[in-house]
Amino acid sequence: MFRNSSQGYGWVSVGLHWLMAILFVGQIGLGYATQAVTDPALQFDLYQWHKSTGFLLLALALLRLTWRLSERQPDDAPSSRSLQRSAKLVHLGLFVALFAVPLTGWAVASTSVLDIPSYVFNLVVIPPLPLTPSDAAEAFWSTLHATLAYGAAALIASHAGAALWHQFIRRDGLLRRMWFRSA
Amino acid sequence: MRLSLGIFVAAGMMSLAAARADDLSEAAGHYTIDPASEINFNVGQVGGGGISGKFPDFTGSMDLDAHDLGHSRVAFVLKPASLTTGQDRIDGFLRSSAVFDASEYPDVVFRSASVERTGTDTARIVGAITARGITYKATFDAHLDRKSGRALSFTVTGQVPRLPFGMGIGVPIYDNMVAFNMTLVAKRG
Ligand code: HEM
Ligand code: HEM
Repeated sequence: MFRNSSQGYGWVSVGLHWLMAILFVGQIGLGYATQAVTDPALQFDLYQWHKSTGFLLLALALLRLTWRLSERQPDDAPSSRSLQRSAKLVHLGLFVALFAVPLTGWAVASTSVLDIPSYVFNLVVIPPLPLTPSDAAEAFWSTLHATLAYGAAALIASHAGAALWHQFIRRDGLLRRMWFRSA
Repeated sequence: MRLSLGIFVAAGMMSLAAARADDLSEAAGHYTIDPASEINFNVGQVGGGGISGKFPDFTGSMDLDAHDLGHSRVAFVLKPASLTTGQDRIDGFLRSSAVFDASEYPDVVFRSASVERTGTDTARIVGAITARGITYKATFDAHLDRKSGRALSFTVTGQVPRLPFGMGIGVPIYDNMVAFNMTLVAKRG
């Protein structure tokens, strides 16, 4: 039940997938909002929420990677070779994004001359990465962070689109593999 | 011999104490805070460090009452638009509507309600600060460092909370309390 089988994902993988899916998509919206708002106090607070959720996602990504490496993966979903291959590629891309996006975000916070502490949910202080703060370094990481985040958004769109295609066009019940089953 | 030395020392100490006690009452009069004064502040942040800066633009005056120091008055106006931390982006944030809202509220005003002597050359100044249209009590401790001719130099310290003024942004990443450390030069006249 908790572990993956040849037929689908177990509760741990499923729980992590959907928890992180919700947080990650929300985090893209929150990141976008930090740039869209004009009120400086609101922007400050949004940044802090964005950093807190980002670090939570990074911690979950470590957990998920550990679980993934120690678990068997379900057999490929019945599909064409090329679709199986592209699905694997997109999953790999999403997995890389789960690390690369928060890590580059952490680099933005670490290179900012504002030196605002990362106080995750006002509970734990996360130190900056050992990078030298400067406006140029911050701009560099910021561009990379934004590019990766919106790139991940594009991957998610194709990923979710493919899942819906399986579900409603091919009607092969693929979504069940990534849902809580009692078997 | 020993007795007379004792009396001599005791008398010397008494006159010294009397002279010091008179430091402030002798200095009675109206004073203007000189631009050479420095108004420094520090806000601590979680994990150590913090934001330090100063308000270079201010005006102030002081009336020392010779007979009753308690009736002395201190008034101060700071211009938050002038504050500097050495980092333009932080300055911009502190002046913005998130903190001082300097364009809407160009003045931060302190007015004393009472001055209480706490030692030979120390006093506690109790009063109120008005910032962002909100008035809230504040207490500062003053130490007379130097008295030279027409000028008095004080070190004034005090802690002012941000939350009552609607400036609590960033609490608890940044402390609620702002520590002020001022070197005030007051010139007679
Ligand atoms: C929003 C709608 C989403 C849907 C409908 C969805 C659906 C699915 C399904 C059905 C699978 C299983 C594929 C298989 O059977 O092999 C899967 C796997 C996967 N999904 Fe999603 N997903 C969504 C969002 C996300 C998001 C936002 C991320 C990451 C940011 C993500 C990352 C992954 C990864 C990495 C896998 C591979 C399995 C794993 O390693 O856990 N998904 N998804
Ligand atoms: C999975 C986690 C994360 C996602 C999906 C994400 C997504 C985003 C997005 C979409 C933006 C807006 C980019 C723009 O329009 O310019 C953004 C901005 C930002 N993020 Fe993140 N972020 C994540 C994690 C983090 C973390 C962990 C931090 C810091 C500790 C962080 C710090 C920032 C900062 C400072 C900005 C504003 C500067 C910029 O535009 O790059 N992010 N983020």
